[in-house]
Amino acid sequence: MNEIGEYIISLSNVDKYFGTNHVIQNFHLNVRQGEFLTLLGPSGCGKTTILRMIAGFEDSSGGTIRVQGERVEDKEAFERDVNTVFQSYALFPHMTVFDNIAYGLSVKKVPKSEIKERVKEMLELVQLMGFEGRKPAMMSGGQKQRVAIARALINRPKVLLLDEPLGALDLKLRKQMQIELKRLQKKLNITFIYVTHDQEEAMTMSDRIAVMNGGVLEQLDTPDQIYKHPKTKFVADFIGESNLFDGIAKPAESISAHMENGTIQKEFTVLTASGIFPLVQNVTEESCSVTKEPLDSGSGLPLTVCVRPEVMKYSKCPVEGFSLSGVIKNVIFVGSQYRSLIVMDNGYEVRVNRIKPDQTVSEGERVFLFWDLEDASCIFQRKEG
Amino acid sequence: MNPSESQGEKNTLAKTRNLKRNTLPALTMAGPVTFWMLVFVLLPLLYVVFISFMRRDAFGGIDYHVTLSNYVEILQPVYLKVIWKSIKLALLTTVICILIGYPLAYYIARKPSKLAAKLLMLVMIPFWTNTLVRLYSINLMGQPNGFLNQFLLRAGLISKPLDILYSDGIVVVGLLISMLPFAILPLYASIEKLDKSYLEASSDLGARPAITFLRVTIPLTLPGIVAAVMLVFIPSLGMYYVPEALGGGKVMLIGSLIRNQFLVTKNWPFGASLSILLLLITLIMLWLYTRIAKLDDMEVF
Repeated sequence: MNEIGEYIISLSNVDKYFGTNHVIQNFHLNVRQGEFLTLLGPSGCGKTTILRMIAGFEDSSGGTIRVQGERVEDKEAFERDVNTVFQSYALFPHMTVFDNIAYGLSVKKVPKSEIKERVKEMLELVQLMGFEGRKPAMMSGGQKQRVAIARALINRPKVLLLDEPLGALDLKLRKQMQIELKRLQKKLNITFIYVTHDQEEAMTMSDRIAVMNGGVLEQLDTPDQIYKHPKTKFVADFIGESNLFDGIAKPAESISAHMENGTIQKEFTVLTASGIFPLVQNVTEESCSVTKEPLDSGSGLPLTVCVRPEVMKYSKCPVEGFSLSGVIKNVIFVGSQYRSLIVMDNGYEVRVNRIKPDQTVSEGERVFLFWDLEDASCIFQRKEG
Repeated sequence: MNPSESQGEKNTLAKTRNLKRNTLPALTMAGPVTFWMLVFVLLPLLYVVFISFMRRDAFGGIDYHVTLSNYVEILQPVYLKVIWKSIKLALLTTVICILIGYPLAYYIARKPSKLAAKLLMLVMIPFWTNTLVRLYSINLMGQPNGFLNQFLLRAGLISKPLDILYSDGIVVVGLLISMLPFAILPLYASIEKLDKSYLEASSDLGARPAITFLRVTIPLTLPGIVAAVMLVFIPSLGMYYVPEALGGGKVMLIGSLIRNQFLVTKNWPFGASLSILLLLITLIMLWLYTRIAKLDDMEVF
């Protein structure tokens, strides 16, 4: 099997224009068999367009789209082996639940007895036994959602595309459906491509997340990696809360580089507008080539350091290596945690989250920020061209 | 003051308040229409029902003797034939209107809304010309020495002028021209409302366009189709100036028949009974409409 054949869905160099609007730019995406992949991004980032191009509702302006290694750009939606769960469910209002679910099979002229059996199987799968005769108008949002999923899954698609399927549900039902969707996906071992703008939803369900912004794929990684090691400023900002420090990294004067199974651990000093702090980076040959600049160049390397609010620490006296100080503006209790806002001397606001209230400091007090060196992740500025 | 007295006082107070709050606004809003309907629709209609059971006197007036003879007369083969032909031509007109109107409405509804508004305007503009002017221009074109025959003769397609006028066919053409907008507008309204995601869902589930059309588009636009049928069929059935202008005396339809009873043969009671029959056919159609509407309790209604 060639390399592309390993992937159930493979997009390469995909472009899409709406008029003169370049909504998808040189998009690459490989989806593995049986994985739950989420396209995550703010509204208008092109995630739904990608899904619609895979489904066949939208033509791509360039590039190739493969399903199981086979090019599908010239295939109509009804010829593709993928099924979609629509944002608005799009259940046929003039048909009963049974007819809705049976639709895909009946247009393929599957024998009636088999249709009956498979619809029953689907109703059991989505726990809607006894609803066969209902019309969609007489069902709740959550029930319609299940019908929509059953209607798509009955065709045993290779890939199920879900376009913000939980968007219309209330929070509690949404959480419940998230777990249920994940359960279904595991049980059936079908590839899910899921579109959402809800990062928590993406984190909960996905095996991998593709973060998109402005028609560009920002990062494709596991939820864990995306959170801990965002590759771009957009990802760091979009996923969870983060404190970002733009600055220049200079190799520390006492170069304490030591080898550790092929990687070099290097120490830097980062100069930012808010202050100075140390940074330790595991440098490999690869990461040097990514940044296209030797890490120990004299002028220093422009980068952004991301420190999550929950790993940010402060103390009343300065910590060695760090020269970041600010004043506690306020502390807010939000139920699960205490959120403090610390204003740096240059006006930059740093967020610190704590599970327990800190009795030792009070609002208006000056504190010094620091963190465990391994908790910081650094983002190299993307080089154009 | 005893309790019952105060109770009564409260009641009258409530009544005046009620009158002020509910009855007066209702009267001012619905009153004029109610008055209009009573005086100009219900009373004349009752009068028509009334005279349909009377007799014609020797001078074309009304002889006030109750009789069923007018209704019995309708059963004569000559009149039944006229009624049957009227229904046939109205049905034919309706079917053709839907067959022409549906694709056109579909085409317009799928255009961007600004362009769609302009295209709809193009459908409406001919409608603003006087119907009689339009019908007589068709009449002129269809004359033996008219434009159409002359053109075909010159082109060598025919050797002698065709008998275009005074046939059932030309009457249907006239009905079509008069009724087409009534088909297109409700069809457009329901097709325009049709959510594209239903069609996408159907295609996604493996249905070819033709299957999608039959199993999703048609059922979901059925209200528009039924409305178009009603709006075309009912007026077509009673239309008298179209057969008059294009069919001459040759094509007799129920509308012309009624007109003749009132204006030519001066048999008002018989004309009235024919009018009542027409009304009954219309009511049956409307009843069928509500039945269809009720059977499919769809979201789109």
